[in-house]
Amino acid sequence: MSRLRHTASEMLAQLASGETTSVELTQACLAQIKAHDRSVKAFLRVDAARALERAEEIDRRRRDGKPLGRLAGLPVAIKDLLCTAGEPTTCGSRMLENFKPPYDATVIAKLKAADAVLIGKTNMDEFAMGGSTENSAYMKTANPWGLERIPGGSSGGAAACVAAGMAPLSVGSDTGGSIRQPAGLCGVTGLKPTYGRVSRYGLVAFASSLDQIGPLARTAEDTALLLEVLAGHDPLDSTSVNSPVPKYSETVKQPLKNLRLGLVREHFGEGLDGEVEAAVRKAVEVYQSLGATVKDVSLPHGKFGVATYYIIAPCEASSNLARYDGVHYGHRTDETKMIASLEVERKALVAAGRQAQADALDNSLVRMYRQSRAEGFGPEVKRRIMLGTYALSAGYYDAYYLKALKVRRLIRKDYDEAFRDVDLIVGPVTATTAFKLGEKINDPLSMYLVDLYTVSANLAGIGGIAFPCGFSAAGLPIGLQLQAPPFEEERLLRAAHMFQQATDWHQRFPTMVP
Amino acid sequence: MSLTRAEVERVSLLARLQLTSEELDLMTVQMGQIVAYVESLAQLDTDAIEPMAHALDVSNVFAADEPHKSLDRAAALANAPHHDREFYLVPAVLGE
Repeated sequence: MSRLRHTASEMLAQLASGETTSVELTQACLAQIKAHDRSVKAFLRVDAARALERAEEIDRRRRDGKPLGRLAGLPVAIKDLLCTAGEPTTCGSRMLENFKPPYDATVIAKLKAADAVLIGKTNMDEFAMGGSTENSAYMKTANPWGLERIPGGSSGGAAACVAAGMAPLSVGSDTGGSIRQPAGLCGVTGLKPTYGRVSRYGLVAFASSLDQIGPLARTAEDTALLLEVLAGHDPLDSTSVNSPVPKYSETVKQPLKNLRLGLVREHFGEGLDGEVEAAVRKAVEVYQSLGATVKDVSLPHGKFGVATYYIIAPCEASSNLARYDGVHYGHRTDETKMIASLEVERKALVAAGRQAQADALDNSLVRMYRQSRAEGFGPEVKRRIMLGTYALSAGYYDAYYLKALKVRRLIRKDYDEAFRDVDLIVGPVTATTAFKLGEKINDPLSMYLVDLYTVSANLAGIGGIAFPCGFSAAGLPIGLQLQAPPFEEERLLRAAHMFQQATDWHQRFPTMVP
Repeated sequence: MSLTRAEVERVSLLARLQLTSEELDLMTVQMGQIVAYVESLAQLDTDAIEPMAHALDVSNVFAADEPHKSLDRAAALANAPHHDREFYLVPAVLGE
């Protein structure tokens, strides 16, 4: 068994005892990336020299008996939408191909302060819009459990690199399921914290009322450790909550007594794959054997979650992405060509006797915006900007955006109601195991419906965790999702840990991990 | 309700996106499908429901009114595609 199969917590113990060094661990991860990332394509960029330099520095400080941070010497992968000062942060988009942020995201600063070794930036759907990582402008990431399959998205690289043993810890973001869904499809553990638990400062914004940064790892214990480092109030993000961060890494090992689980009736309806359903029901039995009681609960508005989400998220996106104007940063079209083509259009219209249309043609500034954005954004991002702009345009606001905000309240109320009777809601992460690359790429609506079980948590602002609870006959991971009332991350982690103590699904590795 | 191509074209100007003729055709079909799907919300009676803009019940988070250091000009301009070290440069629009 190679080092790559150890958990982050085991690695920390080995580092402390001198059994290994950060350089050794970092080299092991880099070697695994070198051997297999050509086929997995989890990383957009890996800076081996710098990671090793950092590892050496941490090893030196350890030898010298100097104080060290919580993650000292552990390699951590970063989704490429977290700003890293002076380093490219592309968000999976051509728009930001040459963007080097002038500052670190708060979570990056926290990871650096914790002495983590930032090993590389992971691939993602462009601007985190997608459920398969196929919307990346750069490359398509494969699922380490089946290279012809998608890893999920949008944090596909973040989940795939953990599953493939390329990094023990990884940071992603979840706007509609983008941590939980890839974690479920790649057989790793991923947590979406309550909205406000982790600072979003320096996160490239997609839908600001839904976005939340969170950890991915192989076990609940490691997830707890990483969340403890990421969480906390930040004056630079006014939506981050000013309440103390629990000691997740200490409490995670305490089993929950008299746990009351809610099984959502509506989650077991049409569309749920038989193998997934069987694995989820088996997982519920595991909890029962550990003393949990289970009752049926109802989230009657859950079926409207995807529709509500695909109004609110595009509206917020269309507004957030208005900043990409080709002026302040990001891609700008070739101006000479743009002006020349505008002139050609004008002449053609005049020659055709369509003077009015010629007069109504974009001025050069408007065309510069439009052309820069057309070149910088991919099809899904354009679709969402268009949807959001449409829904917010004059005459439609009440019918779409306002309506969606009201249904959002109903969705939240369903959860409040359900959590009166149960401590956690348990169910599937996705309706099926990982689908094949290309399978849904030409059908945006079917891709949106992949988020069916995950979007409601974002709309309600609550936390959720995904972790493996079985495998399909084809050898693909099946994920279990737990959802908790706001700020009950401890409960999620403890419940996941209980399960992982009783099962070994999280200890399985794809063949590429030695 | 289905969207017309002309409507999609008008939205593309509002969204500051230059779409090709093929993109406009495809976008008209795809947006039409998605809008038809999200219109399922219309069946819910929400007259008495307060809209929920945000997951947290917080409002008006104030910071102390103290000036502090912001990015210096060179750093702020470093990512600009076109600048003269003092200003962002854009295509001329006056006099058109």
